[in-house]
Amino acid sequence: MMAKDLVEFRNLQTHFHTSAGIVKAVDDVSFKIREGETLCVVGESGCGKSVTAMSLMQLIETPPGKIAGGEILFEGKDLLKMSKREMSSIRGNEISMIFQEPMSSLNPVLTIGQQIVEPILLHSLLDRKAAKKRAIELINLVGIPRAESIFDSYPHELSGGMRQRIMIAIALSCDPKLLIADEPTTALDVTIQAQILDLMRDIKKKLNTSIMLITHDLGVVAEMADYVVVMYAGKVIEEGPVHEIFKNPQHPYTQGLLKARPVMGQRQERLYSIPGQVPNPIELGVNCHFHDRCASCMDVCTVKQPSLQAYNDSEHKVSCWLYEEEREAQ
Amino acid sequence: MSAEVASVNKKAMTKPPAPDSMLKITLRRFTKNRLAVVGFIIIIFMFILCFIGPYLSPYNLYDVTVKDKNLSPSMEHWLGTDKLGRDILLRVMLAGRISLLVGLVATVITVVIGSTLGALAGFYRKWVDVIIMRICDIFMALPSLPILIILGAVLSDLKVPSDYRIYYLMVIIGVLSWTGLARLVRGQILTLREQEFMQATEALGLKDRRKIFRHLLPNTIPIIIVSATLSVASAILFESAMSFLGIGVVPPTPSWGNMISAANNLVDFNKRPWLWIPPGMSILLTTVSINFIGDGLRDALDPKMKR
Repeated sequence: MMAKDLVEFRNLQTHFHTSAGIVKAVDDVSFKIREGETLCVVGESGCGKSVTAMSLMQLIETPPGKIAGGEILFEGKDLLKMSKREMSSIRGNEISMIFQEPMSSLNPVLTIGQQIVEPILLHSLLDRKAAKKRAIELINLVGIPRAESIFDSYPHELSGGMRQRIMIAIALSCDPKLLIADEPTTALDVTIQAQILDLMRDIKKKLNTSIMLITHDLGVVAEMADYVVVMYAGKVIEEGPVHEIFKNPQHPYTQGLLKARPVMGQRQERLYSIPGQVPNPIELGVNCHFHDRCASCMDVCTVKQPSLQAYNDSEHKVSCWLYEEEREAQ
Repeated sequence: MSAEVASVNKKAMTKPPAPDSMLKITLRRFTKNRLAVVGFIIIIFMFILCFIGPYLSPYNLYDVTVKDKNLSPSMEHWLGTDKLGRDILLRVMLAGRISLLVGLVATVITVVIGSTLGALAGFYRKWVDVIIMRICDIFMALPSLPILIILGAVLSDLKVPSDYRIYYLMVIIGVLSWTGLARLVRGQILTLREQEFMQATEALGLKDRRKIFRHLLPNTIPIIIVSATLSVASAILFESAMSFLGIGVVPPTPSWGNMISAANNLVDFNKRPWLWIPPGMSILLTTVSINFIGDGLRDALDPKMKR
């Protein structure tokens, strides 16, 4: 049986107005996150992964940013139509977020305890004493020893990995239904990365939280994801269950990404790299944004935009003319 | 090897280092700063002297004994007497009460107005910022000394009794001097609000009031403290200057400023240094000590400083 949909992005468009023109950072993006599922959003820097997450939390600075269109449904309600007050009661409570930089995401002048207790007092009915108890439980949950003394220490006294655990503890403080993790391991070294990912997987299992994991590390995707969304230049170009994407990538970009990663046991002089550069995001034309880097580029790719279509009538969807032609041929 | 590690772990587990309280840490850091401690001792001494000293004095503020006028320091009058035969030590102590009170109260007013308005301007930006900063500009553009002189004259005209004038003075000095602090705080908040931890508070759904007063303002405490100590000192100086000009605290109520001003002639200046050295030294010692304390407090209260 399929799990219920928790979040659904419908034709989300987030634009940034700059002096050089409009940047369509997120352009017509639609996908769903199901309950208890880990969804990974993959793509290179600047492809709109973070902006998608920020749009969900409505943390886009306006101006210059603006959510130009679309809907974001959370449990059937459109977040974009909510008032500021309603949104505040969802943030940190039902949806919470872990940021990329654990070093600067904690307030340097407040103790760890004060910062964990804060959302608990705000969103739940616990009193100060119960909140403290809960905070210490959370510190233990994220695997930091000596929780009582950590409660009273300041962020600068902790290491990066510990701070990221504290961020996770804060994010989990109100038992959110969705945890957004924006490259949570990018700033950490590899061993700590593995621990943090393990921790997130444990938590997902224990609390049945959905996770929206934003990353550019395919290793992380392989380890964590149930479902993968690949983004390029503000568009979803391919999405599907993780096995499908890794075993049977369809879009040339996804294929390129997978080829560009080191594989254990294979000796290679150089890793593959996709030729060319990410296109300038200002005023992109109506075409496949990947066409000038694509080895199998056709005439139609430069003049018309492909749409996201189911591949072989499965959950796997791809947005590429290669397969549209096929479909038409059928 | 692993046994070793285990035993080390065990030791660490059985003896958790007791975390020091914030107060303890602050005290420890503060006492490490010699100058700050010296300043603190001097200020405490000043307070004791000014608030308790007068009760121990055998003289009365309004005792005018003309036959004892202009005595140099002696066993009866430790700091001598003035031209009306009043004891200088008693007058310095009573004047100190007023100067210290003016300094403290004016600073509290300055800090409350300045940091609140600065924080609001920096946090909300847009029209809130424009309005507050323009008000700030207006206050800054007004030369404060002429205003104080005018207000002093108004107070005189309204026949405000000399004992009450001091309270008006505190408010006036406080209200005129919040602008610098407001600008500093606003500037800090403008940079702080863009930091990741503020985005995190947004993501936690915190309310604006909490974000400003709990997350942003504590980060500006070092600036506020330094600016506040400077402002204590400058309020004392302001009061002295005004009293010196005869528009602040008016005789017979003594203040350090009007005591110096009373010695404002060649004979007193050359021949009777006991008339102006004690109040002058008091102003100097108090302001310098307060500045030292401010430096010490700033370092001690900053949790980012490791020591």
